[in-house]
Amino acid sequence: MIRRPAPPRPPVPGTPAIEVRDLGVTRGARTVLAGIDLTVAYGEVLALVGPNGAGKSTLLSAVSGDVPSTGLITVDGAPLTSWTRTGLAMRRAILLQHQTLAFPFTVAQVVAMGRAPWTGTPLADDDEAATAEAMRQTDVAAFADRPYPHLSGGEQARVSLARVLAQRTAVLLLDEPTAALDLHHQELVFGTVRRRAAAGAAVVAVVHDLGLAAAHADRVAVLHDGRLAACGPPSDVLTSSLLTRVYDHDIEVLPHPRTGHPLIHPHRGS
Amino acid sequence: MSAPEPAPARWPRGTLLPALGLILAVLSVIAAGVGQVDVPPDQVLGSLLHHLGLDIGPRPTVAQGDNALWIVRFPRVALAVLVGAALGCSGAVMQGVFGNPLAEPAVIGVSWGSAVGAATVIVFGLSALGNWTIVTAAFLSGLATTLLVYAVSRSGGRTDVVTLLLTGIAVNAVASALLGLLMFAAGDDALRAITTWNLGSLSGATWNAVAAVTPFAAAGLAAALACARRLDLLALGERTARHLGVDVERLRFTCVVVIALMTSAAVAFAGVISFVGLVVPHLVRLVAGPAHRTLIPASALGGAIVLVAADMVARTAIPYQELPLGVLTALLGGPFFFWLLRRARGRLA
Repeated sequence: MIRRPAPPRPPVPGTPAIEVRDLGVTRGARTVLAGIDLTVAYGEVLALVGPNGAGKSTLLSAVSGDVPSTGLITVDGAPLTSWTRTGLAMRRAILLQHQTLAFPFTVAQVVAMGRAPWTGTPLADDDEAATAEAMRQTDVAAFADRPYPHLSGGEQARVSLARVLAQRTAVLLLDEPTAALDLHHQELVFGTVRRRAAAGAAVVAVVHDLGLAAAHADRVAVLHDGRLAACGPPSDVLTSSLLTRVYDHDIEVLPHPRTGHPLIHPHRGS
Repeated sequence: MSAPEPAPARWPRGTLLPALGLILAVLSVIAAGVGQVDVPPDQVLGSLLHHLGLDIGPRPTVAQGDNALWIVRFPRVALAVLVGAALGCSGAVMQGVFGNPLAEPAVIGVSWGSAVGAATVIVFGLSALGNWTIVTAAFLSGLATTLLVYAVSRSGGRTDVVTLLLTGIAVNAVASALLGLLMFAAGDDALRAITTWNLGSLSGATWNAVAAVTPFAAAGLAAALACARRLDLLALGERTARHLGVDVERLRFTCVVVIALMTSAAVAFAGVISFVGLVVPHLVRLVAGPAHRTLIPASALGGAIVLVAADMVARTAIPYQELPLGVLTALLGGPFFFWLLRRARGRLA
């Protein structure tokens, strides 16, 4: 009865995973996003930055297919709307900013839910391995049997990320994957994300910490008032003049003495 | 935040369902033997086996023992099993699809909606579909009520407790008004039938009733089991469930039909028996966790156990009298509902 779409072929690094052309989103009379053009290739990490309300989450929602939009979005070479739900779920995994859970499932059960798209395919044989690997990568294996609602906010965030990683898709859309995490786990998560990209995945992550974006992203897209203010390698995009304008705050950018990564320093005090 | 719950004790995997099945089987045999004509369990088993063509075990020795079993007791126990399973299962599915542990067919008004359909058939003496008229009418009005409650109580992709319960109050008010009108219009015989049935009772159990209810309960249970895994994903919220490939609209619609099937199966001949659908899934979750692949069948078995036991108490507690079953379950379930509500409020405050 249920026709299973064919599992995707392995991604080819450098080819487009997600293309966005002239994307627009309106909510009521308000234009939330307009004229967005963006391509994310397999093998790269793109950080989406910008002030509150700039449209970062909305852009991610539009690419996820959650909000109606104008323009064109393609995923893995085909228009977003042409995919079946399962076909999409085999290609891209999404981490929402806030993940609720209606019933007290255990951590292991929640992570295993990420395997749902592969049910009935040969790749379902990897369920246990994928779940275990994802829990290890997010450092949640120690509380695998605890109910999700009993965990702290940061632990819950890591469990949700583990669920997304367990899905083993070639595209990852992550809305603030590190917002609730301590410094150690922030680095752990981005280390995992980088390894996924090295293995061919395309990653789009909304990030508030510009230092994290500068250190771990191949490219940074800066959103400002629903438009793309700049997009490119961190050292080109994260400049004092652009950030000062976009964030409406004096921001100094210095190269790290050893790595050369941009260090972002907002003006503090009177 | 509420006080942390104790980590749920996990029943050893795969043993819960056989254990519940065994309890149900033993309890059914005992329940079938208890009553004005007492038949010991070994003779109940013997009678069963003889009817199946196996010449094993003793036959009932009391006068009319075999008749009492086959004409009165067995259909009654069978109906208790079916109604209990339908109540437990519909409670579990309803909580899953609403994402809310307080949802229950009687609490949110679906049972009463079903009851209006069934009472209409009783009062006007309709019989267009023969044996199946009552249960079909209960199904149709139950389906309409479920859709209404679902449509009204959801906003922004979720239902909050307060809206759900207020919707239940409104639906119950309208449904009991309609029931009142029907009773006003009813003749003496129909009035008696409605009153007994309104309080929830299995006293009308016959093999015909069992035959009418079985396909509804079976179809509902099968469809519920087919939805189990997707209901797990729905616990992550609609958006995430959709991201994982679930057709949320279709799942919801299937579940609404399942709930209506189950509720009508339960209500058609037994009336409104409340709180079983609330208490049983909750207890199962405490023991076995919230995964629907266990929760749904275990709630069906658990509901059957509760109802067979409750009915046994209802018809034997007072000699030559029968307590209304619905009154009994409400007496026990009401305080439990209070407790759940307080906990939910603590979490939401």
